[in-house]
Amino acid sequence: MSSILSIIYLIGSVTFILGLKMLSKPDTARKGNLVAAAGMGLAIIGTIFLYESEGAKLHNYGWIFGGLLIGSVIGVMAAKKVKMTAMPEMVSMFNGMGGACAALISIIEFGHLAGNSGSEGAAAMIKMHQVGDMIDQLGTGSKAFMEQRDLLQAMFTMDYRGTLLIILLGLIIGSVSFAGSVIAWGKLNGRVKDFAFPAQHIVNMIVLGVIVLLAAALLIHVNDVYPLWAHGGGTATGFNLLFYGLLIVSLIYGILFVLPIGGADMPVVISLLNSFTGVAAAFGGFLYDNPVMLTGGILVGSAGTILTILMCKAMNRSLKNVLIGSFGGNKTGAVAGKEQGAYKEISLSDAAVVLAYANKVMIVPGYGLAVAQAQHVCHELEKLLEEKGVDVKYAIHPVAGRMPGHMNVLLAEADVSYDKLLEMEEANAELPTTDAVLVLGANDVVNPAAKTDATSPIYGMPILEVENAKVVIVNKRSMKPGYAGIENDLFFQPKTSMLFGDAKKVLQQLVAEIKQV
Amino acid sequence: MEQLSVFIQQHIEMIYVVILSIFLGIEVISRVPSVLHTPLMSGANAIHGVVIIGAIIVMGKAEAGNYLALVLGFLAVILGTVNVVGGFVVTDRMLEMFKNKKDKK
Repeated sequence: MSSILSIIYLIGSVTFILGLKMLSKPDTARKGNLVAAAGMGLAIIGTIFLYESEGAKLHNYGWIFGGLLIGSVIGVMAAKKVKMTAMPEMVSMFNGMGGACAALISIIEFGHLAGNSGSEGAAAMIKMHQVGDMIDQLGTGSKAFMEQRDLLQAMFTMDYRGTLLIILLGLIIGSVSFAGSVIAWGKLNGRVKDFAFPAQHIVNMIVLGVIVLLAAALLIHVNDVYPLWAHGGGTATGFNLLFYGLLIVSLIYGILFVLPIGGADMPVVISLLNSFTGVAAAFGGFLYDNPVMLTGGILVGSAGTILTILMCKAMNRSLKNVLIGSFGGNKTGAVAGKEQGAYKEISLSDAAVVLAYANKVMIVPGYGLAVAQAQHVCHELEKLLEEKGVDVKYAIHPVAGRMPGHMNVLLAEADVSYDKLLEMEEANAELPTTDAVLVLGANDVVNPAAKTDATSPIYGMPILEVENAKVVIVNKRSMKPGYAGIENDLFFQPKTSMLFGDAKKVLQQLVAEIKQV
Repeated sequence: MEQLSVFIQQHIEMIYVVILSIFLGIEVISRVPSVLHTPLMSGANAIHGVVIIGAIIVMGKAEAGNYLALVLGFLAVILGTVNVVGGFVVTDRMLEMFKNKKDKK
């Protein structure tokens, strides 16, 4: 590696650390993103022009620039065109591409490794083997030479195993991340339905076991491969088959792993897959002795894992629970069987009056708001109410929507002022003095069962205690349970009234009604 | 087991880097307000696109006749670039909205 490239990689690593650090503060976040992007650009350009391996520079510049150009065009178009409501899907998709990239690198490097196309160590080993065979044939075996050969072979095997292990880990993690991200993407935009079958946990464990076995078999059988090369080649077909089998089983695991997990857990899953891809990138760094890939990958891997755990905590679920799978799957039956009370509806004009004459209104946005793209009209409602002298605030639950911070991004897009967004603790402190709460397409995050019903799957999850307010108006499309698949007692409480319909349409009508009040 | 200790000794610098990076990542993210979780996840997502460098190396080393490596490498470069470029652009778009808020305030 040239000395300039080393320095470039050092700068790249520092920008990633600085970038992440700056991204974690609202004031510097945007600059942080640009800093990391600049570091990335530098590292990419440096690699293209300065990278040397065994004295040779890179070639195939046409392919490289072609790929970069096509990728950039697709990336920019996708990123510019995507609606803010579809953000989680987009992140999931980009993440899947990173995973696929890591897996492809592993496939190609495995081809190099198994095809014996190259390393000096392999070449030397083969020479030794061939000379050893000749001596064997002559029958005048030199013991010293044979010992030397065995020693070399032992050293070479260790190196070879190490490289193979890194390649296999990159392959497994990259493939799981790719397949899982694609399923998560499909789930979020409704193309893939929740799917669970009996004994799913056991099947998943078995598939995971198969992955471990295949990888172990490959690592054990490296010894069988190079005598093949030494004796006039012949490809190690069984070895290759094992490898591609591992690829397929890893992809299957990625699918099975995400498939049964309900939408409520999707943010956790995407965050987890995000950190997976980071680790896969780090294995690439090991493979090429590349410090910038290593630091970048590991940083994302550990940061992503912590973020995942923070999210799990917010939902009071253990990571193990999420990993092994299916939220509502088993428990829905029991809970749904519970007797439903009666709920009451409220008319639009009544709702308009309630809101317009309140002193303080708290809006609780949820996924329903995102799906309906109702953030702009929601802001309109807020302005209208403020003009009438109503104090309007937004209560943001950490896991409202499909990703943490999802609601903040959405409302920011609609120009809602930053200081109107209250985090859960602040909101809960203000709720007892609030006259009216307007719940827009949120469900599980305001479900009192999380506090009162120890058998509920969301028991223990911190919630927005909207039942402390004087009046609660809930806008939902129907009485269907939320993503956790459980009934919400809130809807049946006397102070709650339901306002059915698509969030955007309802809000538009509400705005029109309030104007007339 | 001796093999293992030799392996660790040979790669001790990398192991240090890995361990320190793990703690750094944890440290950096533990103090993030939940408002920034989505942009942060998106930004981290763009950063792991650094895997593109591996793709460039693989592509740049592929021999002219090795079509498998050429095609897969090309695909890897495209996918990696989408990850990096798309990731940073999307993050910037999200954060741009936060920025506007601050200015108006």
